[in-house]
Amino acid sequence: MTNRRQFLTAASAALAATVCGASNASPFQMGTMSPGPQARTAKRWGMAIDMKRCDGNCRQECIAVCHEVHNVPFIPKAEHEVMWLFEKPYENAFPERAHSRISKRLKRQKFLLLCNHCDDPPCVRACPTQATFKRKTDGIVMIDYHRCIGCRFCMAACPYGSRSFNFRDPRPFIKKINPGYPTRRRGVVEKCNFCQEILAVGGMPACVEGCKNRALVFGDLEDPNSEISRLLDEKHHMRRKPSLGTRPSVFYIV
Amino acid sequence: MYNRGWVIAGIIGFLAIAAFPFYWSGIGQDTPFPKLELPAQEKRCVESKPFMRADHMRLLHAWRTAVVRDQMLIYTATDEKKYRMNLRDTCMGCHKSKERFCDRCHEYSNVTPPCWECHVAPPEEKL
Repeated sequence: MTNRRQFLTAASAALAATVCGASNASPFQMGTMSPGPQARTAKRWGMAIDMKRCDGNCRQECIAVCHEVHNVPFIPKAEHEVMWLFEKPYENAFPERAHSRISKRLKRQKFLLLCNHCDDPPCVRACPTQATFKRKTDGIVMIDYHRCIGCRFCMAACPYGSRSFNFRDPRPFIKKINPGYPTRRRGVVEKCNFCQEILAVGGMPACVEGCKNRALVFGDLEDPNSEISRLLDEKHHMRRKPSLGTRPSVFYIV
Repeated sequence: MYNRGWVIAGIIGFLAIAAFPFYWSGIGQDTPFPKLELPAQEKRCVESKPFMRADHMRLLHAWRTAVVRDQMLIYTATDEKKYRMNLRDTCMGCHKSKERFCDRCHEYSNVTPPCWECHVAPPEEKL
């Protein structure tokens, strides 16, 4: 398959060769590529967070696991903060549903927030370079950091505040760098990627593995027999800001 | 010709200044090609040596597009050997030193690829 970039590269190379009257470009004969044999696949990945179980004060632990695995910097200055997984009170997580008479439990409880991996992601439409894209195969919304130009349109487009910008070089703020995953550089936007690099080798997302209360359930939303589908069939749940029509893949069971 | 002395002296002076970079660095003296540290245990890279020398950047570029955007993971080389497409584990698994392999040649050819601004280079062993 030829994409636009390859076509333009080849076209300009051919033009240059014609102009110079000689072509000494070596033929580029490459091997073939295939997905990993153990890769976990789904039609649409989703996550359910059982708020009855996610009730301890251990949320910092799963956040720490996520941030360690992905080299997310800890920057004390609030406006430079970078977050993949984070917690916020009910009225910030569900502003459409917040009112003066919500139950005490909801008022007190903090909600675990992350990228919603929307079915109709506004960030993808906003991105001018297609650095942010939604995978056609499993619905994960990803950022290609190689392509991100740091314009931050996606941050303005995201209604959930799931995206962070690297205002400064993140490396000095990473306590222990995990060599298995790249860091980011100054000037790119980053967010949760549903641990796609772990799914590709057959694992489950770090936060799901790291939750000792088993409050996070990860699975295929399109498969009616998956654990998450059965859970969502049974229990009352909600998504963030449903009126916007983005159809998040992250569900909160309350 | 009027002011012959001044004109000729001026031309010679101009050429001397304009050619300064050439004789200052030594005419005809090539900067020696850097000695790259090659892995001791492996004889063949992912592809043949001339291919890697000329096109490793195109290969890496294709790898990163395939891994990030098309959910690929395994590269089957033209000799049917399989590799995981991973800069850190596969490339740097053999080429243990970035400074004594990547940097030496990139410095020589005056290119500054930004790979290591994000990817984590293996720790350099002191020789």
